[in-house]
Amino acid sequence: MGKKTLMTGNEAIAEAAVQAGCRHFFGYPITPQSEIPEYLSKRFPEVGGCFLQAESEIASIYMVFGAAGAGARVMTSSSSPGISLMQEGISYISAAELPCVIVNVMRGGPGLGGIQPSQSDYFQATKGGGHGDYHVLVLAPSTVQEAADLMMEAFDLADKYRNPVMILGDGFLGQMIEPVEFKHMSSTDRPARDWTITGAKGRAQNVVKSLYLKPDVLEQHNLGLHRKYQKMIKNERRVEAYLTEDAQIIIVAFGMAARIAKTAIKILREKDIKAGLVRPITLFPFPYQTLERVAEKVDNLLVVEMNLGQMIEDVKLGVCGKAEVHFYGRVGGMVPNYDEIVADVEKIVKESR
Amino acid sequence: MKKVFERPKSMYPVSTHYCPGCGHGIVHRLIAETIDELGILERTVGVAPVGCSVLLYNYLNCDMYEAAHGRAPAIATGCKRVHPELVVFTYQGDGDLASIGTAEIIHAAARGEKITTIFINNAIYGMTGGQMAPTTLIGQKTTTSPFGRTSKDTGYPLRVSEILATIDGAAYVERVAVNDPKNVMRAKKAIKKAFKTQMKDLGFSLVEVLSQCPTPWRMSPRDAIKWVEEKMMPYYPLGEFKSPKREG
Amino acid sequence: MIAINEELCKGCTLCVNVCPFHLIQIADRISSKGYYPAKFVDLKGKCTGCTLCAIICPDVAIEVHR
Repeated sequence: MGKKTLMTGNEAIAEAAVQAGCRHFFGYPITPQSEIPEYLSKRFPEVGGCFLQAESEIASIYMVFGAAGAGARVMTSSSSPGISLMQEGISYISAAELPCVIVNVMRGGPGLGGIQPSQSDYFQATKGGGHGDYHVLVLAPSTVQEAADLMMEAFDLADKYRNPVMILGDGFLGQMIEPVEFKHMSSTDRPARDWTITGAKGRAQNVVKSLYLKPDVLEQHNLGLHRKYQKMIKNERRVEAYLTEDAQIIIVAFGMAARIAKTAIKILREKDIKAGLVRPITLFPFPYQTLERVAEKVDNLLVVEMNLGQMIEDVKLGVCGKAEVHFYGRVGGMVPNYDEIVADVEKIVKESR
Repeated sequence: MKKVFERPKSMYPVSTHYCPGCGHGIVHRLIAETIDELGILERTVGVAPVGCSVLLYNYLNCDMYEAAHGRAPAIATGCKRVHPELVVFTYQGDGDLASIGTAEIIHAAARGEKITTIFINNAIYGMTGGQMAPTTLIGQKTTTSPFGRTSKDTGYPLRVSEILATIDGAAYVERVAVNDPKNVMRAKKAIKKAFKTQMKDLGFSLVEVLSQCPTPWRMSPRDAIKWVEEKMMPYYPLGEFKSPKREG
Repeated sequence: MIAINEELCKGCTLCVNVCPFHLIQIADRISSKGYYPAKFVDLKGKCTGCTLCAIICPDVAIEVHR
């Protein structure tokens, strides 16, 4: 699909998976992401894919476990409450080192919450919502095009690190329609996978597991996972720095909040307030160094999130006290308006003079 | 003199961690013999969840998954959907299948998932030291029903085979036991029939095995096999609850 | 006749029960595994190799020859 077409974020994510060679989807209906399974239930038969709606998100994530263990390029998608149900499975998948892609189209929480967009699952995604020392590589798109691009790359990253990769979008991104094209051709030659479950033909048995009853053995296993995460931190950090060079104040935001912040920055600059944006694209590994650098040039940063302050903790870790870190957030499905951000920045700039 | 009985090839020549007299060891052998006789070691995949038998991969030398508690049918589904040509079986205890994993087993059957489940019913949680399970009998003492299970507080034991037999996707469901040689041989036939049901794509198959569990039952192995007959079988009658239709 | 592998036998006594000719007893010494293993005693060669003992053995500790 070289040419641009108009698609919702959900549909673009689903089509990107197909373009990336994903042929197995296991999931469960939940607003605001149901268009992903709906799309694939129509599209997969055209490409010999296996679409299966499971009895729950719990069963879905373990079907992903089984398919990934069998060597398939596999994904699931859900939204916040469903992703909570998948946390144990994601911990098992991380421990067994199985490549897969998990899409979270976030909605307001906690509990049943609402169905409007939010970013309240930042901690769950980046600090590990399940048990044990593990990390999921988390990518946060802010446009439908970027969602498609990152989705295709996610499968390669999952293979590269034999690890689950999460696309962290939100209901806004999932439902909005934008032009999109599918350009990134992911590498079809996937890394050697002699560890997969294919039937012990001409080889000893393969075992996909996460049980290590001997503590010294489990410690070595954990240290192995840790080395992998260090490699992710070294090689996979992605961040967009927008108009930060001459900025007197930096807004830090990801996903949908970052897009709104860009509009605010345009307006602020028209009012001679030079604002810039740091937009983390990988939420794990988090771009601490970028924040450390910008914190040396400005006195104030404003973190804008669609939650009550989660990424701000990582921002503060990066800034390390070198500048003032402020927060502006809307939550529960309320989406910040750009003029609210403009007003907040003006207040900060005025007070700090 | 010819050797007429020996360890099946699909079974590693190792001792198991199971208690003296435990039924698991017998069922492991029956599965291994089935795999040998059907010649399918190279395309069989086992899925063993949390429970005494979570270490099944140490005993059977086919490809194996170790699964989260209750989720083996989901993992087996994922594997089977990627490799339909493989023979995929789950090996689950009653705490795993009839409690936390109830949804997964019922929906695997409802989908007619072409996998085989070997379901070990010892009316208790073995691995964690003898707690009450959904299959624990009324009056049966366990570490969490110390005065004997009462229906007033905890309802009634679940008859899984009868439940699954009502599901159209289930092609073959039988309950057997391994408390004496005759029953062990009938169990072997059932396990082989279940694997064949899968290989003929007839749908979901399950064999429930009443299994003696001496340690948590606080009995000698001999008393335990009597208990299976005198206490379990009246509540869990043996027999074929769903027969596979002739395929084609 | 039968061969009982003492490394595998856990002395569960189930085989003792099923032997039609009571040719299996429990030894009075402890095996390297710490169990009192089963012991095959067939002075008159009555064993027919019927395999009942091997069928009930939970540890596949018995090989049968006929």
